[in-house]
Amino acid sequence: MTILQGWLQRFAILHSDNPKGPWGGGGDKGGSGSGDGSGGGKEGPRNPWSIPPAGRPRSAGPSALDEFLRRARGGGGGGGGGGRPPIPGAPSARALWLIGIASIILLWVVFTSFHPIAPQQRGVVTYFGRYAGTLDPGFRITPPSPIASVTKVDVQNIRTENFPEPGGPNLMLTNDQNILDLAFSVRWNINNPEDYVFQIADPTNTVRATAESAMREVVANMNLDQAMGAGRSRIEAEVQDRMQRILNEYKSGILVQGVAIKQAIPPQAVNDAFKDVTAAQQDAVAAKNNAQGAAQQLIAGAQGEAAQFDKVYSQYKLAPEVTRRRIYYETMEAVLAKTDKTIVETPGVLPYLPLSPGRKLPDADVVVNGGAK
Amino acid sequence: MNGSFFRNPITIGIISLLVLILLASTFVIVPETKQAVILRFEQPVGQPINAYKPNEQFGHTGAGLIARVPFIDRVVWVDKRVLDAEYENQQVLSSDQLPLIVDAYARFRVVDPLRMVVTARSETGVTEALVQLLGTSIRNELGNQPFKTLLTPERDKVMENIQTRLQKLATQYGVEIVDVRIKHADLPEGSPLESALNRMKTQRKQQALTIRAEGKKEAQIIQADAEAQAASIYATSFNQDPDFYDFYRSMQSYRRTFGVDSANPTAGSTSIILSPDNAYLKQFQGKR
Repeated sequence: MTILQGWLQRFAILHSDNPKGPWGGGGDKGGSGSGDGSGGGKEGPRNPWSIPPAGRPRSAGPSALDEFLRRARGGGGGGGGGGRPPIPGAPSARALWLIGIASIILLWVVFTSFHPIAPQQRGVVTYFGRYAGTLDPGFRITPPSPIASVTKVDVQNIRTENFPEPGGPNLMLTNDQNILDLAFSVRWNINNPEDYVFQIADPTNTVRATAESAMREVVANMNLDQAMGAGRSRIEAEVQDRMQRILNEYKSGILVQGVAIKQAIPPQAVNDAFKDVTAAQQDAVAAKNNAQGAAQQLIAGAQGEAAQFDKVYSQYKLAPEVTRRRIYYETMEAVLAKTDKTIVETPGVLPYLPLSPGRKLPDADVVVNGGAK
Repeated sequence: MNGSFFRNPITIGIISLLVLILLASTFVIVPETKQAVILRFEQPVGQPINAYKPNEQFGHTGAGLIARVPFIDRVVWVDKRVLDAEYENQQVLSSDQLPLIVDAYARFRVVDPLRMVVTARSETGVTEALVQLLGTSIRNELGNQPFKTLLTPERDKVMENIQTRLQKLATQYGVEIVDVRIKHADLPEGSPLESALNRMKTQRKQQALTIRAEGKKEAQIIQADAEAQAASIYATSFNQDPDFYDFYRSMQSYRRTFGVDSANPTAGSTSIILSPDNAYLKQFQGKR
């Protein structure tokens, strides 16, 4: 404020010797043209609004500036203004200056004292650096800038940190000294704006470092298979818990909303070997399935055959001799009907082969039955 | 001329500028996040302003507007917040001579700004010093621990020990160590990592082989069980009359062998040379 008042004063003085100022009738205004109206500088700017708008010619701005420059060049003789011819339109130049300055101050005050706080925000207010309160959402007013300063903090926006940064694996050691490539993300927000602003030097970095440390600590207490499979939700919960404890210890004002494991896989270099294990599991299941199928087939075949035999046998028991004969003749009939037959009368006669044009295939079996030999 | 000297706009401008400079160098805003030590001719004057006290309420701290003797007093700012000293990518040997790449950090707070300013001059100085000390503490602690310790709940204890060691060394700088954490403790690139990966690979290969062999074994057992069951079914059934089974089965077999069974066609044709003595041909002889 001191600065601004100083400036006001200074500009007022610069133009105080203007012969036709709007405050010409003012009490302490000096005589026109004499150039020693410095007293008016103190009173003049108090009432800049009283100028009628009509009294402001458009050309005033440049001419006031010109005058200022001219005076500055003139070596600053206090009475130098006397010899200068009065410029038409100059009367309101000083007023313009004052209006300009006043509007800058007004703008300054408006911009630095009115704070629209959005619903997701809180405003941490300090007076000369000292904490003076927290602004809730709404349209809030504080003293202007050099006195009060407001830091707006978005407390609802949930920030996400991804690990690793895109590209490259994030290797960590498990309890059984295996190496795991684990990608995860942490969601956090601010639950205490004052702590967030005043307690931690680099919040994002703190969250990241805490997350990495907590994650490695938890994974180091698990073996690889757990970490890749069933243990994942447990890891997430434990990391969140540990992070929150650490961040509370720092009084960071940060709330960890959640930890999510995006992928937990073996490192690239050994991935094939891991896939082979999965393949082996599938193979083993496939082999068992095949065996089971074959077994079912075998048993069903046995059952079918046994059932067939049982049925025939139950009939056979009723009339053994006849049934036996019938089956014999039927079979022989079927067999012999389809084959080439040669009946050799006398024992000891060797058949000459090929015996007949009836032979169709050169390499057919020859069955010598009964006494053919 | 003397009277108008002070009315000269330029003179007035210069004077007000000087006043401004004087004001600006007299009054200083101490924010909540900073502690200030005032040095007069490089000697600390009075107590530090807005010095850290545990469990302070914001708004009731030493923060605010202060005045100093302009141009003579110099303000040294010391952060009041929790700060960070990172110890990155350093190789450390564990007690079992395993090289490890360690990333660690210490979170600290300057609790005695006066001492800090006297011993380390600035925040950067104290951070650098702490990184060195952190390195020493980590080396000493991990050098006493086998690598395996880091992969157990003991890890917490190791970090605590490092913190204790570091706190002892850091007290001289007026610093309180809030926390020490190991971010990474990994095997270095090259042969240690390679061999670990190789071990993982062979472990998995062995696992895959075992699983396949196990699958095969189970398949064989299933097969054998089924065969045994089938044999028992056959035996139960056929044992009712072994003689009839022999006859019945041979009849089935003839049908099959000589290609009569249309469901199981056989290759080739058959020529049969029969003797008239054959049982089938016994009626040829016209005997009764």
